[in-house]
Amino acid sequence: MSGMKVSLPLTEQMIHDLRCGDQLLLSGFLYTARDAAHKRLVESLSKNGKLPVELKGQVIYYAGPTPAPPGRVIGSAGPTTSQRMDSMTIPLLEYGVKGLIGKGSRSEEVKKALVQYKAVYLAATGGAGALLAQRIKSAEIVAYEDLGPEAIYKLEVQEFPVVVINDINGNDLYEAGQKAYKRLI
Amino acid sequence: MRRINVEVITQNIAEMCCEANFNLGKDIIEGLTEALKNEESPVGRDVIQQILNNAEISSRDGVPLCQDTGFAVVFIELGQEVSLVGGDLDEAINKGVREGYHRCYLRKSMVNDPLMRDNTGDNTPAVVHYNIVPGNNIKITFVPKGGGSENMSRIKMLKPTEGESGIIDFVLETVNAAGANACPPVVIGVGIGGTFETCALLAKKALLRPLQQVNSNVYYADLEKRLCMAVNCLGIGPQGFGGRITALAVHIEAAPTHIACLPTAVNLNCHASRHVQRIL
Ligand code: SF4
Repeated sequence: MSGMKVSLPLTEQMIHDLRCGDQLLLSGFLYTARDAAHKRLVESLSKNGKLPVELKGQVIYYAGPTPAPPGRVIGSAGPTTSQRMDSMTIPLLEYGVKGLIGKGSRSEEVKKALVQYKAVYLAATGGAGALLAQRIKSAEIVAYEDLGPEAIYKLEVQEFPVVVINDINGNDLYEAGQKAYKRLI
Repeated sequence: MRRINVEVITQNIAEMCCEANFNLGKDIIEGLTEALKNEESPVGRDVIQQILNNAEISSRDGVPLCQDTGFAVVFIELGQEVSLVGGDLDEAINKGVREGYHRCYLRKSMVNDPLMRDNTGDNTPAVVHYNIVPGNNIKITFVPKGGGSENMSRIKMLKPTEGESGIIDFVLETVNAAGANACPPVVIGVGIGGTFETCALLAKKALLRPLQQVNSNVYYADLEKRLCMAVNCLGIGPQGFGGRITALAVHIEAAPTHIACLPTAVNLNCHASRHVQRIL
């Protein structure tokens, strides 16, 4: 797996320099959240502007891993489809989340918000949950334990492979990549 | 009559849940290895390599290929000379799913009701399709089907005059709209004909055929090839990052239909196209 080594949290300079199509190997902490956790996070923000875990400057990973067998840190842990989080993403970007990891394209609103709030959207390989789990060194539930696989986990990752999809200049790898390889039938 | 105790079915289903989620089929591995040679995009090749490494890690370490261990879809071909004893067949299948998903630490993704959405906690109920066939065997096919690619699947009641070109357009439209969401490279199951509901089932069954096995009907074998080439001209590529390999294969299943109808269903499956089969 190739890629530029990047430590988390992402610095302002790093976010500024990232370009769509860059392959990265992330090391540091990620926070998992998918549908149900997003719903609660956004509710909590609209109630009192607070979150149960500090996500300012952090990177959210859309994932709901399989249960960890005894002796393992985590089960299979690949990305889930990001689209389902679109309608709940903007309040989190506004709050100060700086990176999102998932799979699949984002809504126009989210893409605009990424530019506005200077945050990046990254993709991990969907369906590579066993390989990605190897890059996770520790996992700890930090909120919403009752949600099971949808709880918020703090993950320590080492050289976790991702690709930059949307950078802060409004570029989109899904569009650019398809355009570059599209052929007339 | 051959008597089979349904407990045997429970045991087999439980084992198949684990087997399917830890082992990518040889046909898919072959397809991906071939794709690696043909992919021109460097990041696309990297993705395919990751998927191949993932399969190795999964079977070696017993970690599920993908965290979405799916709907538990089960096809049962029941020989009409078999007499099932020892309990309720449906319950025996669900018991197998419950045991398998628990034993192998697979994710429980089923909710009790589409709107109430309480997790059933054991990945049941299974989605079971029965077929009565001649003979005295039971063929069980277990298919864990991921939600990401299922969500991108579509059905359309085409007009008969739209014919082949209508079908090609619909398949391309569906794959294009799915983009990266269905985790390409995908396997595409196309059902053509039948009624509204049989058409969707045909599309799912089309996914079960091994990748390198060509359609037994010459016309459909040719259409599959042309469809696969057309899909791979879309440029979506592995994981949607842009590239040549969007689909590993297109499989078609066709059935007789009504003079007024041309139902067409496209069931997308991700590269984690998992299915195992046993004959008892
Ligand atoms: S579409 Fe398939 S590979 Fe992708 S996340 Fe879902 S089950 Fe896994």
